[in-house]
Amino acid sequence: MGNLAAITRRSFLIGSVAITGGMLIGCQSKGFSLLQRKSKDKTHLTPYIRIDQTGITIITPRADMGQGAYSVQAALVAEELDVELDDDSIQVDHGPPKPEYFNGKVLSELLPFASTDNSKWAVRLRNFTEGFSERIGLFMTGGSSTVADAHYKLRLTGAVARQLLIMAAAERSKVHKNKLKTENGHVLLPDGTKYSYVELAPEAADIKLSEEIKIDDLKLKSNCRVLGKPMQRVDMVDKCTGKQKYGIDINKDGMLYAAVRTNPRLGGKIISYDAKFAESIVGKDKVIPISGGVGVIADNTWQAFELVDSIDIKWEDASYPETSYQMWEEFENSFTPWRKKNRLKNEGNVKTALEQGDVVEANYRVPYLAHAPLEPMNATVLLEDGRLDIWVGTQIPLFVKSVAAKLTGLSEDNIHVYVEVMGGSFGRRLEDDFVCQAIELAKARPGDLIKMTWSREEDMTHDFPRTMQLAKARGVVNNGKVEAMDLKIAALSTTASQFSRTTISLPGLRMPISIPEAIIANALRKDVALVSGAWDQPFSIPNYRVTGYKVPSMVPVSSWRSVGASGNGFFHDCFLDELIHAAGADPLEERIRLCSHSVSSKVLEKVGEMSNWGSALPAGSGRGVAYTLSFGVPVAEVVEVTNTAKGIKIDKAYVVADVGKVLDPVNIENQMMGGVIWGLGHAMNAELTYKDGKAEQTNFHAYECMRMYQTPEIEICALENADEIRGIGEPTVPPAAPALANAIFAATGQRIRELPLNKHIKFI
Amino acid sequence: MADYVEINVNGVRHRLDIRHKRTPLLWILRDELKLTGTKYGCGIAQCGACTVHINGLSRRSCVTEVGELTEDDKVITIEAADSTIAKAVKESWVQHQVAQCGYCQSGQIMSATALLSKNKNPTDDDIDRVMSGNLCRCGTYPLIRKAIKTAAKSLTEANNG
Repeated sequence: MGNLAAITRRSFLIGSVAITGGMLIGCQSKGFSLLQRKSKDKTHLTPYIRIDQTGITIITPRADMGQGAYSVQAALVAEELDVELDDDSIQVDHGPPKPEYFNGKVLSELLPFASTDNSKWAVRLRNFTEGFSERIGLFMTGGSSTVADAHYKLRLTGAVARQLLIMAAAERSKVHKNKLKTENGHVLLPDGTKYSYVELAPEAADIKLSEEIKIDDLKLKSNCRVLGKPMQRVDMVDKCTGKQKYGIDINKDGMLYAAVRTNPRLGGKIISYDAKFAESIVGKDKVIPISGGVGVIADNTWQAFELVDSIDIKWEDASYPETSYQMWEEFENSFTPWRKKNRLKNEGNVKTALEQGDVVEANYRVPYLAHAPLEPMNATVLLEDGRLDIWVGTQIPLFVKSVAAKLTGLSEDNIHVYVEVMGGSFGRRLEDDFVCQAIELAKARPGDLIKMTWSREEDMTHDFPRTMQLAKARGVVNNGKVEAMDLKIAALSTTASQFSRTTISLPGLRMPISIPEAIIANALRKDVALVSGAWDQPFSIPNYRVTGYKVPSMVPVSSWRSVGASGNGFFHDCFLDELIHAAGADPLEERIRLCSHSVSSKVLEKVGEMSNWGSALPAGSGRGVAYTLSFGVPVAEVVEVTNTAKGIKIDKAYVVADVGKVLDPVNIENQMMGGVIWGLGHAMNAELTYKDGKAEQTNFHAYECMRMYQTPEIEICALENADEIRGIGEPTVPPAAPALANAIFAATGQRIRELPLNKHIKFI
Repeated sequence: MADYVEINVNGVRHRLDIRHKRTPLLWILRDELKLTGTKYGCGIAQCGACTVHINGLSRRSCVTEVGELTEDDKVITIEAADSTIAKAVKESWVQHQVAQCGYCQSGQIMSATALLSKNKNPTDDDIDRVMSGNLCRCGTYPLIRKAIKTAAKSLTEANNG
């Protein structure tokens, strides 16, 4: 085993490096496709690589919340540039949030085309959203899109930089460029002479590429040194020694510590407050009213928590139904023509099929869920001399800039956002609410450097949860086969709710804007997220229909790891399982028979092989299979459970996904495993319920999810049959819940149609 | 009565104002001593992110008031956890690439180190019992289990060799 000290460590701390005689390299914007065309803005470089006297810095603009984004982005560049990531002279840096670092792939999830649809219009609209993302500078980490967006962009960037450095070396040495090689940050001459990239950089900066670098020029898989091989994540040593700094760990000279309390009825105002005690300790000027609440600035975080808790506050009532029970009623009442939003799947004739056969019928539902990343929301701010600095773990730094400009009236040039490493997010840091609160504190205390930290209670009760979802399912089986399936799903509009809270600066507009929810909801003609993970599944059921209903907005909701598919995958796959059992067919074989997508069929076959599907299990044990296609990634999972005297025990889970191309076999395994545990844990043990307009679960004692003693052994396999490379942060979540519920049915005969499952059955 | 509280953290004595008496150790570590490797996750001993060692035993620093400690109580945080066992645990963690977001891992490593200090060869059940108090939202549990076993093995081999 290696000695810790011998393992190369790297610091993410950003030095302000003056670029003197260095170079910045990027690929042309508009993604890789336009590299092959003569584009007018061909000179527009996106800087991903910086080489100066201090060494080589790889800019990795997709943020890291645990998914390994920094490492994989750096590896894409390093592969083509021929540098070694464990070399001390190589730095990896998130870089400044700029529109040039737009994410071209994240919006395609909102299109009404299944990821398996490659028809002319589907492709055209995907390209359109990519262009649109560039135009508005959509800087966002999410939607499992990092790898899909970065794969060619960053590899081409590395290849371009390498070519420029070779040309500089050719000019200097008068040796033809075709005779030069590169290795570990150097250009090698045939006589063994080496020029380092750092010394060549000033010369390379003045060179123009003689020919365009194309995707075909990139390394073949067999020649890759880094990609496809097990990597050591660049942040691993720091994260295993307590040295990694997160946003919440910022400590600067003279820093003050703040805590806030706002109305737990989300969006509600504050009526009045009495803060005499807090004011007597810290002074009146350090108790600061903010939107919907109060903040206290103190000498340390604990004091701030205690003092803000001591304030007696009168809150406004909730603008939405006060209890979960009332909210479910609203969901139940949503299956009406005027709340119908889409019918994206409508094959055969479901109506006739249902009239003619024996109908299997079931209702399913899933609760609100909190993101609850272990690092609570926090932000550090300083407003001084017309300049605002914000240190924050966020997935949307440019939107944060926009909202900061709106709140302070400052120009965005005077607002600086530093993206910190995140202690988890799961979608929570796609929101800017907590940053806005810190900015309000900064406005009240110009010149004070303030770190605002949410208590866990503030975090749990002010989450924008995953929407509740309700499904009414009907189906018909005939002759041992699934003949018809009709799924009606009612949910809140995650897309409309979330985007209404997003502030964006658009080219041509003087001020940043945010768009009211009703307008977005209206403009979202189809609102795909209502049914994603259900309507887009590649099964050829003869009569097959999926309809989405939009429940009027109540608790504001947001993207939660795997978004709509997190609940819809449970509905779709569990009900399919019910129909297959009703038909008397084998759950795995019937899914494979119905599957119309060969990449997915192979995923199902592989999980059958791994789990030894069909082999005998001990009495009291059962095996369930589930499949969901989400974010373009087909995933099949088999779960084995045993019904013990003390409750259900999850013995084992098998997971197979197809991501097109595996960049890092270690990290993909960890992400797939994490997704399964996320999916199983919440399915078993977690829900967010509301009473008196407030979330009832205020801390982890009431929101358990998965712990070590319930975690099964997990076997993982990533296939590479798909044409396109995809991200894996989310897709293993949706099939976990149905695989577990189907396994419980197999073991006990009990069909559970509501999450969390522990409302109906006991786990060990 | 003394108008201060004295604590011993990572071998260094610190004299704190008496007003800190009721402050949880966690916040003294993080905000006063700037030892941010120990994390805040829940504040009520439910997640284990704040785990430190006090006299060799694992304790949740978020519910340990500094007034409960005397200057003879030796507090060790992740930054100074460099016993043979702690080193083996950290090395094993790196080897298995356990961390994802990494936020809970300081606490996991402190709990695992305390476990191996008492139990040189823990079974799955032993690991479950001790480690189930440490929450990981990213779902690294299977790797934590493996890493503990690897660390146990390397320590045994070092002892025998």
